[in-house]
Amino acid sequence: MTARGAEDRVTREIVGIPPHFPARRMWWVLFAVALALLTLFFVSIAWLFGHGPGVWGNNIPVAWGFPISNYIWWLGIGHAGTLISAMLLLLGQQWRNSLNRFAEAMTLFAVVCAGLYPILHLGRPWRFYWMAPYFNTMSIWPQFKSPLTWDFFAVLTYLIVSTLFWYIGIIPDLAAARDRLKKRRWRLFFGLGALGWRGSATHWSRWNQSYRLTAAIAVPLVVSVHSEISLLFAAGPVPGWFSTVFPPYFVVGAAFSGFAVVAMLTVWLRAMLGLHNLVTARHLSMLGCMTLATGMMTAYGYVAEAFFAAYAGGRELQTLLDRFHGPYAWSYWGAVILNFVPIQALWWRRVRQAPVPLFLIGLSAAIGMWLERYMLLMSSLSRDWLESSAGLFHASFWDWGLFAGSIGLFLTLFLLFIRFLPIMSAFEIKEVEGGGG
Amino acid sequence: MTGDPRPYAVMAEFADADALRRAAADLAPRRLGRIEAFSPFPVEGLAARLGTRDRKVPAATLIGGIVGAVCGFAMQAATNLDYPLWIGGRPLVAVPAFMLITFELAVLGAVLAGIGTMLIANRLPRFHHPLFEVEAFRRASDDRFFLAVLPGADFDRDAVGKALAALDPEAIYDVPAEPAA
Repeated sequence: MTARGAEDRVTREIVGIPPHFPARRMWWVLFAVALALLTLFFVSIAWLFGHGPGVWGNNIPVAWGFPISNYIWWLGIGHAGTLISAMLLLLGQQWRNSLNRFAEAMTLFAVVCAGLYPILHLGRPWRFYWMAPYFNTMSIWPQFKSPLTWDFFAVLTYLIVSTLFWYIGIIPDLAAARDRLKKRRWRLFFGLGALGWRGSATHWSRWNQSYRLTAAIAVPLVVSVHSEISLLFAAGPVPGWFSTVFPPYFVVGAAFSGFAVVAMLTVWLRAMLGLHNLVTARHLSMLGCMTLATGMMTAYGYVAEAFFAAYAGGRELQTLLDRFHGPYAWSYWGAVILNFVPIQALWWRRVRQAPVPLFLIGLSAAIGMWLERYMLLMSSLSRDWLESSAGLFHASFWDWGLFAGSIGLFLTLFLLFIRFLPIMSAFEIKEVEGGGG
Repeated sequence: MTGDPRPYAVMAEFADADALRRAAADLAPRRLGRIEAFSPFPVEGLAARLGTRDRKVPAATLIGGIVGAVCGFAMQAATNLDYPLWIGGRPLVAVPAFMLITFELAVLGAVLAGIGTMLIANRLPRFHHPLFEVEAFRRASDDRFFLAVLPGADFDRDAVGKALAALDPEAIYDVPAEPAA
């Protein structure tokens, strides 16, 4: 009988959040901030469309600038949601059940922010469909030997797969919300989303097969997507980029920044919505461990990168020295310090379990990884083979405006998600408690 | 317990997953009708015990993956042959360069086919269903477990009722075939 009470409590706590939202005032304050930033996002895009990419600091030789560096940062953050959800599901790590739903939502929204950047960067964004192979009057095709075309397929696939994975994961909880809530508009809203889910053994059996298979496919997909993005760099003969360490270096860096952001979101949601029963000190500790582990792997990437540059000598070494004390040295040392110094505190369990320090360490890593993407891009592009073509990048107001606006887009979507949908996997938590497995 | 001769199903309610498992194991070998179980979360081995487990989803995932990979590779090979770009004598069909999109489309095909098959085989979406007419069934997504016997050709309401009652359920319901007006 105790088990039954526990199951009902889990459903009530999670499904009860949308109709009886605990922190309405806080939510509205945050939502107002998010909407203000979202407005900035649209204004920045309107300005860009009206005046062209010249409103940014992008120029030759640094033609990529903010859009591509922010694109990589956002996509990297997204990857942790898939890894937490899919990899830990396959490994049978049940602590993931309290985190996977909103981590996956984070993935979706981060991928949306990421995906818009390369399109806006095109110069003629309305012709982005030229990236797709279709029969056209010019009888030409995309260049399939170019990482830029690979990018289109990788990100599109990733967006579709992570949306579907998140959606089939949420269906049973939408059904629980439909069945539990009394108000007609809530029942209609959740009822449409639940697709008439009834939880029959046959349905569950097929659902389980497809959920686990999608998870098993999603893990290599994450690796392939961020490896591919690293090839945007590594496939070009630019000093500081042309290195085989890039794919794994990018993947672990992505996971690192993502786990850092998941840790921040977890601490925030736990405090705001009072989820201390469902997100315990153990969850925080595990997130701390994941952040520390991926952070140390990223540190290895830094060492390997420096070693190979020194080993190669010549222009590679010159770029490395540029990073150490060139015009972008602040971003290099900023990345090294923010990424690797604070996480050392995570070796202590007491720090990992303390919400505020964990949040601050996550924030530091998120900023550090942003600096790393910036540093990798700017320091190599600004000075490659020809001294006469060297030139620095200076971000303009609209660069910052679009970046802040993309954070607003993320926050708006995320706040709507926590306000209206079950933010945790109630049925998987019940499965563990109620002996389903 | 209405007098309706052919309900959609006769359904028993249980309090936990183990009771449902035991009930399913008990009822499955007897020829009372088609048996379906309902639970708020997946209960290991239940579908296998009821004989409703199939391999459509894994098969569709595999086929979708293969079709995606073949189409992905063929698309790249065909477009490169259709509009040849001779660059320093490099091969037109450059297998290593094509592998990434081949992989991505294999993933896309596998996932779309797997999830699509899951939804189609489960007959979802279906927004109305006779079971939703039973008020207590709303707890099937919360904390209650149900076992339903769907009438076969030789349906005997009393025999089914007795068999369900012998399982010591919390309650037994008749699920009307047509939604109550």
